[in-house]
Amino acid sequence: MEFFLQQLVNGLTLGGVYALIALGYSMVYGILKLLNFAHGDVYMVGAFAGYAVLVAFGGPTDPRIPVVVLIFAMFLAGMAASGILGVVIERFAYRPLRNAPRIAPLISAVGVSFFLQNAALLVAGARFRSYGTAKMVDPSTGLQWGPLRISIIRIVVILSAVALMVVLHLLVKRTKLGKAMRATAYDREAAAMMGIDVDRVIVATFLIGSVLAGAAGVMVGLVFSRVFHFMGFIAGLKGFTAAVIGGIGSIPGAMMGGLLIGLAEAFSAGYISSTFQNLIVFGLLIAFLLIRPRGIFGVPEPVKV
Amino acid sequence: MPEIGTDRWVAEFESRRVRREGPWGRLVDWTSRHWLGLFVVAAVVYPFVIGGDFGIRVGVNALLLAMLAIGLNVVVGYTGLLDLGYVAYYGLGAYGYAFLASEQFGIHLPTLLVVGVVALAVFGIGLVLGQPARRLVGDYLAILTLFFLQVFVELALNLDRLDLPFVDGPVSITGGPNGIAGVDPMEIFGFRFGQVRDYYFLLLVLVVLLIVGVTNLARSRTGIGWRAIREDTLAAEHMTIPSGRLKVLAYAFGAAVAAVSGTVFAAVQLGVFPQNFTVALLIVVYAALVLGGEGSVPGALVGALIIAMVPELLRTPAGARLLFYGGLAVAALTLVKPRRRLLVVVPGIVATGLAVRSLVTALWPDLVDVEAAGMVDRWVVRFVPSADVVVSVLFIVTIAVVLGIVAVRRRGAKDALVVVGVYLLVLVWENRLVEEPSITRQLLFGALLVVLMVARPHGLLGRPRVEVV
Repeated sequence: MEFFLQQLVNGLTLGGVYALIALGYSMVYGILKLLNFAHGDVYMVGAFAGYAVLVAFGGPTDPRIPVVVLIFAMFLAGMAASGILGVVIERFAYRPLRNAPRIAPLISAVGVSFFLQNAALLVAGARFRSYGTAKMVDPSTGLQWGPLRISIIRIVVILSAVALMVVLHLLVKRTKLGKAMRATAYDREAAAMMGIDVDRVIVATFLIGSVLAGAAGVMVGLVFSRVFHFMGFIAGLKGFTAAVIGGIGSIPGAMMGGLLIGLAEAFSAGYISSTFQNLIVFGLLIAFLLIRPRGIFGVPEPVKV
Repeated sequence: MPEIGTDRWVAEFESRRVRREGPWGRLVDWTSRHWLGLFVVAAVVYPFVIGGDFGIRVGVNALLLAMLAIGLNVVVGYTGLLDLGYVAYYGLGAYGYAFLASEQFGIHLPTLLVVGVVALAVFGIGLVLGQPARRLVGDYLAILTLFFLQVFVELALNLDRLDLPFVDGPVSITGGPNGIAGVDPMEIFGFRFGQVRDYYFLLLVLVVLLIVGVTNLARSRTGIGWRAIREDTLAAEHMTIPSGRLKVLAYAFGAAVAAVSGTVFAAVQLGVFPQNFTVALLIVVYAALVLGGEGSVPGALVGALIIAMVPELLRTPAGARLLFYGGLAVAALTLVKPRRRLLVVVPGIVATGLAVRSLVTALWPDLVDVEAAGMVDRWVVRFVPSADVVVSVLFIVTIAVVLGIVAVRRRGAKDALVVVGVYLLVLVWENRLVEEPSITRQLLFGALLVVLMVARPHGLLGRPRVEVV
């Protein structure tokens, strides 16, 4: 039972991260019908931005500012860097291809992803960087609930993931921008005719999605303490599949899908085999893609001629 | 009368092509008609001109890439299925060869049999794994096939300590991260392939056969069906084209081609390793195909040759410099218009360099490496190794400035950015990029894909396509 609960917490943390990544995929796909392959690398850049701030303020062992402020600053930096990057990618790699054949932006996205990975490799080198969270925050603090212990950093991560999702939900449902986003996702041309500045909506979508990915990057750095240039690839794959499982284009679907994948990964690592952990998750995803490609919350899209 | 089943308009297509005028036009026309012969002549002469094992090895890589690109062209270029798992079949071919012709299981079958068995087996696997292509479209298929590739890599990495029933101790199938070494060289009709040159000519024969086969296939009913599916699957189905079956066939055909090149690769390398079959290779194959132009066989060939051979210049610093400064000059020529503005821009770049160098030397003397004394070093700041954070920041700034050049429309501002951008590029190049040729190469591939898609989505030799939405 203890073990089960521990894996549950692991799964929830991981799931929160995947959900944040999945949201970016899902929102962009909903509006542009574009699979943004570079999204995973935007997340990677966010993680590195957080790391840069950490180092700039003295590293995990003797930070020059209070730890709470430092973590907050790391989140801010990660989100800002990723947000800017997302907007830049949209402007230079996708916008010129708005009316090109569908395959063109996809290949362009693959190119961006490859470029970012190698740029990170050039700037940061190939070795793994560690946030060294354990030195920054005493790992034994946190909730103690019978045999189950949840460290404070995990609580922070889970809570902030939930908070970000709530904010996003309110933004999409309650604000004018959210309304414009939903309208654009429903029918871009009709939205343009109703006076919605579609370009601005798309930029806003990329900004929001990338900011969420940046936050996810910092969270992963804090909890799992490993940052490297290739981390975006697998995380991006899983994030995308989370989006697909939930039903691509659907925001609650992305959250749900992220949690499901996180839990599946944690439990298969815990109960079956950690060597084949990735393989099991991939197998599940392939099965899901084959059986129900439109996802849990997705509605089938009629083919228009 | 054309024979039944042949459309007259289609049959006469070649004769309706516009002839180009003038001596240059005639040359272009002649080249485009005799490209295959030209390629064969050049390829046969190449090893004798280049000499040296290394040059021939580059040729082998180029031909392997050409095979992969032409095979992928059938899947992506003709049929329009975005297959991101393509490299997995290359790997399956290589591992298949290694299983059947090495000490791994102590099996040493004759080469032709192995290649045949592997090709057929992978074709069969392609038929099975291609089934999803019937239902899934576009991006879903892309992501699914990418998962296939991931599964392949995971399997290759992890099937080295497998506990099987009825066998004592863990069994290694793929050799894990260390792969399988000691693969047999090929042997066909008693001729034992010893040198790289032998494989070069084998590959040349294979590539030519493949080109002839694919061009003929493209003209057949199957090929026309493939392209019809690419243009509009729904319409193709209404024309009674069995789109599902043809999609699977194209997918499996591509897989088999990749597998055959994989077997040769395993034999040339005398071993197979999981890291040979990753997304990096996938990007290279796509870059080759897209550069040449999807849907064009000569395009795929030319793209593969360029992608495989040009970056080899990056290996030696002298060649890399030549390539870099040449590229920079071409870029400056196309960016700065009207050309007479170059009279301001070029001196501007030189002046910027001198100014920045003296400024940095005056302000932070301990960052500058004064030892370096090449011609460029008098002009560009050469940082000491400990200042690599500065170079990293400058690298990011450089990317921003280059993007700025694309975005800014005002002439004056654009020229100013060109001045700064060129200087920064040279600075970053001399300080970092030239020392990391492999990373630089991959950076260039990534950037190439984006730039190509934005500037010329149909590639060098492809034809622009109109997509009706």
